[in-house]
Amino acid sequence: MRLEPQQRERIDRSRPVSFTFAGWKVTGFEGDTLGSAAFAADKRVFSRSFKYHRPRGLLCCSGHCPNCLMTVDGVPNVRVCTEPIREGAVVRGQNVRWSLDLDFMSVTDKIGAPFTPVGFYYRTFIRPRRLWPLYEKFLRSAAGLGKLDERAGHSRRYDVEHRRARVLVVGGGQAGRAAALAAATTGPGVVLVDEDARHGGLRLKGVEVLAPARALGIWEGGLVPVDAGTLLYRFRVERIIVATGATEQPLVFPGNDLVGVMLPDGARRLVRDYSVKPGNRAVVLASDDAGLEIADDLREAGIAVPRVLDLRDIRPRELAAQGRKGRVRRLVVDDESIDCDLLVASAGSQPAYSLLAQAGARIEFDPELGVFVPTELPPGVEAVGSVTGEGLGKVAPEPAYRGGGKCFVCVCEDVTTKDMKRAIAEGFDSIELAKRYTTTTMGPCQGKLCHLSSIRLYAQENRMYESAIGTTTARPPWAPVELGLLAGRELTPARLTSIHWRHVEAGATIQWAGPWKRPYAYGDKPDDEVRAVHESLGVIDVSTLGKLVVEGPDAVALLERLYPNRFGDMKPGRIRYGVLTSDGGRIMDDGTIARLADDLYYVTTTSTGADAVTAWFEWWNAVWGYEAEIVNVTGAIAALNLAGPRSRDALQRLTEADVSAEEFKYLDAQEIEVAGIPTLALRIGFVGELGYELHFPSPAGEFLWDRLVAEGARPFGLEPQRVLRLEKGHVIVGQDTDSESNLYSSGMSWLPKLDKDDFVGKFALEHFARREEKERLVGFTMEDDYLPAEGAQVVIEGRPAGRVTSARRSEAAGAVIGLAWVPADRAESGTRVEIRIDRLLRGARVMHGAFFDAAGERMRG
Amino acid sequence: MSFLLPCPFCGRRPVDEFTCFGEVTKRPASSPTLRELTDYVYFRDNAAGVQREWWQHRAGCGEWFLAERDTRTNEVLEVKLPEPQRPGPGSDLVGSDPR
Repeated sequence: MRLEPQQRERIDRSRPVSFTFAGWKVTGFEGDTLGSAAFAADKRVFSRSFKYHRPRGLLCCSGHCPNCLMTVDGVPNVRVCTEPIREGAVVRGQNVRWSLDLDFMSVTDKIGAPFTPVGFYYRTFIRPRRLWPLYEKFLRSAAGLGKLDERAGHSRRYDVEHRRARVLVVGGGQAGRAAALAAATTGPGVVLVDEDARHGGLRLKGVEVLAPARALGIWEGGLVPVDAGTLLYRFRVERIIVATGATEQPLVFPGNDLVGVMLPDGARRLVRDYSVKPGNRAVVLASDDAGLEIADDLREAGIAVPRVLDLRDIRPRELAAQGRKGRVRRLVVDDESIDCDLLVASAGSQPAYSLLAQAGARIEFDPELGVFVPTELPPGVEAVGSVTGEGLGKVAPEPAYRGGGKCFVCVCEDVTTKDMKRAIAEGFDSIELAKRYTTTTMGPCQGKLCHLSSIRLYAQENRMYESAIGTTTARPPWAPVELGLLAGRELTPARLTSIHWRHVEAGATIQWAGPWKRPYAYGDKPDDEVRAVHESLGVIDVSTLGKLVVEGPDAVALLERLYPNRFGDMKPGRIRYGVLTSDGGRIMDDGTIARLADDLYYVTTTSTGADAVTAWFEWWNAVWGYEAEIVNVTGAIAALNLAGPRSRDALQRLTEADVSAEEFKYLDAQEIEVAGIPTLALRIGFVGELGYELHFPSPAGEFLWDRLVAEGARPFGLEPQRVLRLEKGHVIVGQDTDSESNLYSSGMSWLPKLDKDDFVGKFALEHFARREEKERLVGFTMEDDYLPAEGAQVVIEGRPAGRVTSARRSEAAGAVIGLAWVPADRAESGTRVEIRIDRLLRGARVMHGAFFDAAGERMRG
Repeated sequence: MSFLLPCPFCGRRPVDEFTCFGEVTKRPASSPTLRELTDYVYFRDNAAGVQREWWQHRAGCGEWFLAERDTRTNEVLEVKLPEPQRPGPGSDLVGSDPR
């Protein structure tokens, strides 16, 4: 029922808005919240409680308590008391069987109490263990909050924005606004956040206002995440001013959760903001001056207030609210019974210090005020207004629980005074333990409405002072936050080569390869692509290779110390294969090193290793202080591998340089022009055929690709490349090797030059050279045509003794071939091992060297 | 970890922009015993207190530098560029191998 227009009402009576509330059509006004409009339409039950399924109605009307958590348009756990009204919204109850007004599960309230004391599920459902899945299913459906709509899926999109501010003010009340304005006079960069949507229209000179938005915590370095609905701001701030105010605390007495029991501020908001009549006959129970003032506000709105009780003056022997069907009907004080349908009760206000506590402030009990206040604020964090305790009146010293019936300390988790007392009796004698056992303060309000009362009860039961008990640890987030917001939107930047769209146009299957998107194959017959490379001509985009230029008078010294092999004796224009090892002697990455001039080297790395290798080079260069510059040119340079028996002829047709076998030998590097593009051509053979790796400026990528394809080169993807390299027994670092592999166990003992002065990994390799390796990386050929999975077990005498790292069916080798780690004593060529494929053991023969063209005539010719 | 780290070139920046290469260790000079080598490769002091570390401003200017950080409070007491140390016999070569 609406009141006469109030002076400061926020509703626009000329603009009605309709929505569905638990199946009923409800019409409110623009400016309403879903909760206030439903209340005005005489809806009183908004939820059912967590454990006992007791009916619950509006309590705080300020987004703190769990009583108005409902599912709105499929989004669970929305606080409808603060959620703005919107046309056509569908609001449903949650944790309910049947309806909000008639919930079958409320039987747990009537008969369940003796069987459902605190911690009952820890004890009752332990045995028999095998029944736990059944118990779990029941408990999960009986208790809890809203359910996610599984069909809704990814209906919301979340983003993260990184921001900086000089001053961030949390809370837009009087003190917060004043602090923000004062900060704005000293310069720009002042931001104020407030959770009330209507503060969005707030105009403060020189202050940016974000509302509705909530600061979730204060981390070191002035990091403050701010929840603004579907946008998470990660604020870095120099000064944080916390003005979160104080939160009215529910009074603990029997029947304190009945529908119609409200906090003063909740009743005040209904009257003042939404012109809704919160009740017809109200009784006020106050513990401080603020609690008393509500009586005048209610009378002014035309609500009868037959009694106002100030608990600072009277100490009733009995104090209990009684009701019918979960709604308050009367208040019993000692022998007197006062009829009412609204009971406004508060236990005073507690500074909302959680953010400050998280930031590292000390929280102390103030015996003068009877509440906890923050002290010793960390540097860069300030507090203003009532969060400091300023302006709060002294509250009634003792809680009021006397009388029969359930008396709730924590409305979120349905924890009663009896539960708390029982936990204390059972020996949970520290507040931190009692919190975990009873789950008080662990519900949706995060202790905002139950922290103080649980500590007061605890103090009384243990005959201790509140100050000796202290507070439980405050942890972020200080308000409930949607998981989607924390997870954010998936933002994985895909790296694409400059030729990428040509691959897409050619119908390639694209797949992730580290940070890159690369063609798997250009059709469903990778074998055809393999055959093209063997028989005529293929081309693959290898722009993803890491490419570094190392230049300077000390370039050679740097490389000599980074790689186990030698580079000083290389002539300009020559190429050498290199494997990077760590000081632990482990294989890190591999690639080719081309010497372009005396003090200029061109280094390639694996596709996924480019960034790590660059960092590795730069780091050692910083350690040693060499005069060498390292430039990562991976993105600037495109690369194509032109391979196959016809590659020389094809290249010759596109260049004026002489690329004949005599003038351009295997492992030569030449700077030539190809189709007019300045190109560094490297004659290397990863795929085992005559081939040229052409490195040239990225912008010419598509141009040169098109020219090579026009010369008859068939594009081939990653999968055919894997087959081709496996036929040669070429190792892929990271696939065939892991963090335990070294050069000796991987069959590359020819590579390290231990007579060199010093290099990264030398000490370890010296030790490895002297010892027997336990495992070796070897090639194998299957006896039959079975194809083992990568990772399949190598089995020796019935025991797993190794693993397959690569395996493919090869036409050229006429068999299934692969690489595997086997025990060193089985590494002899020709040894028979068994490999597990689909639970069966299949025979294989160890083989060393290449499976195809073992002499390497095709690529060297 | 969300503290701010002063890059010698760029000034105070969020730590997310940096890569830590671990505490500064001493690389053995020559032919270490297996024990000395293992100590250097695998063992770290992991001090609860002030520690010298290698950092790189990887998402920024790319500079490598040394930082003195209190691991208990994440307070960074000093940052500086490394002194060039030419390798050679007896050089007090510092390096940490994070792999």
